[in-house]
Amino acid sequence: MKFATETIVVAIAAFLALLGAAFAADDAFRAHAYVLFLVLAITTVVFLRRVETVPSEGSKFSIFGARDTGAYLDNVVRAGVIATVFWGVVGFTVGVLIASQLAWPVLNLEPYLNFGRLRPLHTSAVIFAFGGNGLLATSFYVVQRTCRARLFGGNLAWFVFWGYQLFIVLAATGYVLGITEGREYAEPEWYVDLWLTVVWVAYLVVYLGTIVKRREPHIYVANWFYLSFIVTIAMLHVVNNLSMPVSFLGAKSYSAFSGVQDALTQWWYGHNAVGFFLTAGFLGMMYYFIPKQANRPVYSYRLSIIHFWSLIFLYIWAGPHHLHYTALPDWAQTLGMVFSVMLWMPSWGGMINGLMTLSGAWDKLRTDPIIRMMVIAVAFYGMSTFEGPMMSVKAVNSLSHYTDWTIGHVHSGALGWVGMITFGAVYYLVPRLWERHRLYSLRLVNWHFWLATIGIVIYAASMWVSGIMQGLMWREYDDQGFLVYSFAETVAAMHPYYIMRLLGGVMYLSGSVIMAYNIIQTIRGVERTEIPMGEAALQPAE
Amino acid sequence: MVNDPVEDAHGREVDAATGTETTGHSWDGIKELNTPLPRWWLWTFYGTILFSIVYVVLYPAIPLVHSATSGVLGWNSRDALKAEVAEATQEQAQFRDQIAAATPAEVVQNADLFRFASAAGRSAFAVNCVQCHGAGATGGPGYPNLQDDDWLWGGTIDDIVQTISYGVRSGSDETRFSEMPAFGRDGILDAEQIENVSAYVLSLSGQKASSGDATAGQQVFADNCTACHGENGQGMHELGAPNLSDGIWLYGGKQSDIIAQVTGPRHGVMPAWLPRLGETTVKELAAYVYSLGGATVEQASAQ
Repeated sequence: MKFATETIVVAIAAFLALLGAAFAADDAFRAHAYVLFLVLAITTVVFLRRVETVPSEGSKFSIFGARDTGAYLDNVVRAGVIATVFWGVVGFTVGVLIASQLAWPVLNLEPYLNFGRLRPLHTSAVIFAFGGNGLLATSFYVVQRTCRARLFGGNLAWFVFWGYQLFIVLAATGYVLGITEGREYAEPEWYVDLWLTVVWVAYLVVYLGTIVKRREPHIYVANWFYLSFIVTIAMLHVVNNLSMPVSFLGAKSYSAFSGVQDALTQWWYGHNAVGFFLTAGFLGMMYYFIPKQANRPVYSYRLSIIHFWSLIFLYIWAGPHHLHYTALPDWAQTLGMVFSVMLWMPSWGGMINGLMTLSGAWDKLRTDPIIRMMVIAVAFYGMSTFEGPMMSVKAVNSLSHYTDWTIGHVHSGALGWVGMITFGAVYYLVPRLWERHRLYSLRLVNWHFWLATIGIVIYAASMWVSGIMQGLMWREYDDQGFLVYSFAETVAAMHPYYIMRLLGGVMYLSGSVIMAYNIIQTIRGVERTEIPMGEAALQPAE
Repeated sequence: MVNDPVEDAHGREVDAATGTETTGHSWDGIKELNTPLPRWWLWTFYGTILFSIVYVVLYPAIPLVHSATSGVLGWNSRDALKAEVAEATQEQAQFRDQIAAATPAEVVQNADLFRFASAAGRSAFAVNCVQCHGAGATGGPGYPNLQDDDWLWGGTIDDIVQTISYGVRSGSDETRFSEMPAFGRDGILDAEQIENVSAYVLSLSGQKASSGDATAGQQVFADNCTACHGENGQGMHELGAPNLSDGIWLYGGKQSDIIAQVTGPRHGVMPAWLPRLGETTVKELAAYVYSLGGATVEQASAQ
């Protein structure tokens, strides 16, 4: 009987979840335990049905017609790509919703769908669900090919995939139920954190095991970045989430740290979530998919070594720049600032390597919207990694901090860099994973490119104006030395920019919906009849 | 094909498009060029490191066992804040000292002091008062409008100072306090009497009620309401009883609003600000409210 052990384990876990609900110490935990029970019960049923219908031929398992017939375990990558597209659309939709709530507070639907609960849902959905699945899928794809080795641990990769989805579902339902640690980008409570730790260690085992059994003499640079991402996130996650539950059947826990130490721990985590999740991981993606799509060698091997080591050494110290002019001691603020300033060139090393890899193939920008997407991603990476060190300078920070400028900065990095490079990788992967001749439509990719790019520009520009205006209004004194504006007046002044930001977000979301349609059609094996990109409608005489 | 590598004279692989050597490695078809580090990149990196070293020497930076290096400049954020606050305080000291020494009436009568005090008050108002009274001091349902000349507790400068200092139903010993009985909830009046009195109250400001007998309501009003609101409903500042004849309403001017208020009145609370803001700031706030134009001009000026 196939999956007998798995079925039994999940069924027992479902029963334990039910017990957890029965003996819960608080209502929030009870509700969450029921959610867990429901998920695990459905999983058990799925397992049971598979036991009956697929007796013993595991290799027959397919995802929309694609099977693992080759040397590599690719179904988990296929599942990851689908999850990436799905969570992307979900995460962007929630983003559009909370942007609307900021513009029109009446849209806060109390208590489950208010801004306070949906905001972490948005950030977790885009960072961890969309970005995380993108990293899982591409890292599994890249590590197998650049090591010429099948994923280590067999179905352990599937445990990582489904375990990660369970983490996402528990985190998301927890936020809506009001279960939160209140730690930015690390909101899930202690039991969800413990589960993620288990999943993450399994991820590390799969990844490291594959590298160990590689059949290449050297480890490719993409794998350095992916590995640094996996290892550092493990460390950051464990330390930042050290906490004591009030009850082992209760939702609430208290941090092991307090006061300014707690704040520093949170921003050490928070900034390195940016550094190692949203930067190092996606640089790994860039180092594989740009050379592949451009069919060009990586620009500089030496630069990749120097910028990798300088980046990971410097990034880990930059967190205190989130706490300028707070109770954090001056010396820590200084170090946070200077390490951030020094990060500028190491970050740009990745940008140079990404852009210059196209030298000798610049003409492809005209004909290949996927390359264009990757190039705009690297351009936004370069822009936001210049903006970041600049904003970490204390004089700049005293204006920018706590304003919308920060929101704009994060989104030019997240929408521009993380989103665009992931879209590029997805467009690269889908035809290959499903063995299609080409994508359903390159022209739709072009539409996606322009909608997303213009959306980001509108978003970032409106947040710059809004943020700088907000910062200036807060510090505006009249000639007698008195503050000029009340807080409510600064909020009222930002209203038009909130609507512009919403417009940018809607454009970005529309692009991702077009992508989802394009991907679905490609998987179905449909090819749109269209004039190839870069060719005029009228052919010149031959 | 431009992308096909060629070999140079030493047998090393060279990328045809750029003429740069490769490292000879290949992963899934990806090769790497052996391009040296861009000079501008390297020198800019060195530049940021140099900047950082200088900055670390100048400012507090290296943690030691009990404290940290204080930096050559001796700068720290706490002293910098103190110095800035001291400078700002110094610049305003001349006026603030005068305001502290003057009575509220003297503040509003001295043109220079009044200009400074109302500017200071506007700033303090923006931080402390706009949450209820609104950014334009026009109030809202349950929160009095401070722009008009209708005052619950009196509109002279001293009245305003008193109200800001000790609040309304704030729990302070000297708070303004009034409590309109719950005529409906406590069964003092029946529903019909309340409807009638609401019709009468509306008639005081020349409005027609949609239901209820205003003439019968007049008697109810005379029996129950005149002690506080006065014979003609003109209100009484000493008791904080609103004027019912001016068409300005704290909790709404529809008949249903009036019925609701007579049935079970709401009693708004304003905090006592003197303990939080101090005497000078309270005088400045009062000067700002006075400057809005609706205040009762001081009888004291007749002295």
